[in-house]
Amino acid sequence: MKIEIITPDHTIYEGEIKSVRVPGRKGSFQVLKDHAPIISTLDPGPVYIVEQDNREVTYNIDGGVIEVRANRIILLTESVK
Amino acid sequence: MANLKAIRLRITSVRSTRQITSAMKMVAAAKLRKAQDKIVRLRPYAGKLHEILVHLTQSLADADIKNIYSRQESPEKILIVAITSNRGLCGAFNSNVVKEVKRLITETYHEQYKNGNVEFLAIGKKGYDSLRKMKLNIISENNELLNDLTFEKVSALAENVMNAFVSGDYDRVELVYNHFKNAAIQQLTTEVFLPVETISEEGKAAAHVDYIYEPDKKSIVRELIPKSLKIQFYKAVLDSFVAENGARMTAMHKATDNATEMIRDLTLQYNKARQAAITGQILEVVSGAEALK
Repeated sequence: MKIEIITPDHTIYEGEIKSVRVPGRKGSFQVLKDHAPIISTLDPGPVYIVEQDNREVTYNIDGGVIEVRANRIILLTESVK
Repeated sequence: MANLKAIRLRITSVRSTRQITSAMKMVAAAKLRKAQDKIVRLRPYAGKLHEILVHLTQSLADADIKNIYSRQESPEKILIVAITSNRGLCGAFNSNVVKEVKRLITETYHEQYKNGNVEFLAIGKKGYDSLRKMKLNIISENNELLNDLTFEKVSALAENVMNAFVSGDYDRVELVYNHFKNAAIQQLTTEVFLPVETISEEGKAAAHVDYIYEPDKKSIVRELIPKSLKIQFYKAVLDSFVAENGARMTAMHKATDNATEMIRDLTLQYNKARQAAITGQILEVVSGAEALK
């Protein structure tokens, strides 16, 4: 499963991951392999990524939108802290 | 015959001018490349956002897309955002924007201007100075924005403009800036920023995917439109910045060429004068020796 976290200034993160948890508008949710296609807006909050080697990476995003489709995740956010 | 010393001095001075213009050309070229990189990096974000928006709006009725940013009224209060540069020496770059602003207030928005309902927002010192000289109503200047161009700063400004539109301070917001075509050509662009025109681009009926929408299509569209507006604003500022450096590069390239030409002419003149002087001296010596005989 591949994820890209993109801001207008640059691509923050790109790579193969096991799972990601994002702060969805209707509550935080986790995306695992073969997740159903979804488009959701995101609240400001933390994004937890679990990489292939089980390492955890966290980003604090300033809201945004996520699109999941065919094991490709694209997360658009305006800024990352 | 011009005197030798004067010509020599001029050659030296033109030479040092050439050195400066050619250095400025290099700097502009480096900045141009950096700014172009920024646009390239913006593309994935802008592209994806647009894709999602088009995808969503296709499946929504027009009435659902109507939002606070698409209030259509006969424009009474106008805001013109003039994007120029902080520094000169870039050809007609800034004066083109000022000219267009003049055209807007004498033609398109003449009525509103007479009623004092046209206001200006200047980005870039050069434009600000010219507009101020024309005694126009400038609500704010944002010159330091161009020194360190980041999305964060530009989007804060865009948000102010959008809020002013939503609260009814303006009925129409236009951007005037130079679009970068290539290093030699800048295309003056006047673009309606607000109100939003409906997103009409027909996506190739994208392979239909049944997405889950959270919270729901309508709210997603409502949330994404301001984001895409900010991107549009940022794109315009970046575009203008790239064009500025392209214009400066071209202007400095021409200046360097002209200086080289001038040095050539002056050197020729100098050598002629030198030869004439030598000839004169020889004549004096020879005629002096002749007279002694």
